[in-house]
Amino acid sequence: MVKDESPFMKYLRRDRLPTIFCAGCGNGIVMNTFFKGMEMAEVDFDNLIMVSGIGCSSRIPGYVACDSLHTTHGRPISFATGIKLANPEHDVVVFSGDGDTAAIGGNHLIHGARRNIDITVVCINNNIYGMTGGQISPTSPKGSYGSTAPYGSLENPFNLSGLVTAAGGSYVARWTTAHPVQLSKAIKSGLENKGFSFIEVISQCPTYYGRKNKLRTPIDMLNWLEESSINKKRADKMDEEELIEKIVVGEFQNKPQPEFTDKLCKLLEEQCVTGKPTSIRSAYLED
Amino acid sequence: MITVNKNLCKGCGLCTEFCPIKIFKESEEPNEKGINLPVLDKEEKCAKCGLCSLICPDQAIKVDEED
Repeated sequence: MVKDESPFMKYLRRDRLPTIFCAGCGNGIVMNTFFKGMEMAEVDFDNLIMVSGIGCSSRIPGYVACDSLHTTHGRPISFATGIKLANPEHDVVVFSGDGDTAAIGGNHLIHGARRNIDITVVCINNNIYGMTGGQISPTSPKGSYGSTAPYGSLENPFNLSGLVTAAGGSYVARWTTAHPVQLSKAIKSGLENKGFSFIEVISQCPTYYGRKNKLRTPIDMLNWLEESSINKKRADKMDEEELIEKIVVGEFQNKPQPEFTDKLCKLLEEQCVTGKPTSIRSAYLED
Repeated sequence: MITVNKNLCKGCGLCTEFCPIKIFKESEEPNEKGINLPVLDKEEKCAKCGLCSLICPDQAIKVDEED
């Protein structure tokens, strides 16, 4: 390791740096916390596969020096399902934004959770479409401004963590980029959990969300995230009206359940007439 | 010992704000890129918690834990 380098630099593709993210973007913080969580969970970096869709946050796997796949808009969970079924021993992680998981890929998300396949989804929710010019996304808070909502958004936002909990995800947590230590612990638990793990990170987009909503600097945005966060244990005792404009953070679900890849491999072994199933990792076998 | 990589820092200021002891401050003169880099103000008070290195979005900060 070269002197004066960040401890996370060893996981990055140096020739691609500096990143294209705006100054103060939350994606870099999520990268750091992911590496920290990965170190705590003792995941082998060579065994890791990262998948992403389209968006600012989906550029993260391009900067990480592991096997990665940059896929079509909204479909990273489908691609990750294929990777996991073909290579059950690998750790598959999906990085995606709110446009990927809540808007175009909403169905893939709920069906991944329903199936309880062993992938870890890190959803970086910045409450706006940052890459395309600040349009309102399905997770934009009610009343927030965007380029398609000059008078404030009228729609109710999606509660993504609640959605995945209801759909059957076995580990669901939500934190913000203002809680990097708690977030890395949640990522550790998500990686260790055998089943569908969903970690929602409320992140800052100072360039679009901040500029349209009077939070111009990354410091203002992180202070806003920190002030409006409220822990789930406290929020459970509060009324709905008290929780307006609050971000409920914490662990929503931690209930291990039978996992899909295990069930499928077991079925293949039971039903195989030739003795040993060849469909798993068949591309790697010698002729 | 804390080092800030001048090539990677984009001057967002998160380290200056979120250090619990506020050991960073913004430099008064911008560098050739127009960025006010964080400079160390009272480094001897550093508790080596590593929060600056975790919160830096551009992986520019290294905290040496040895000394």
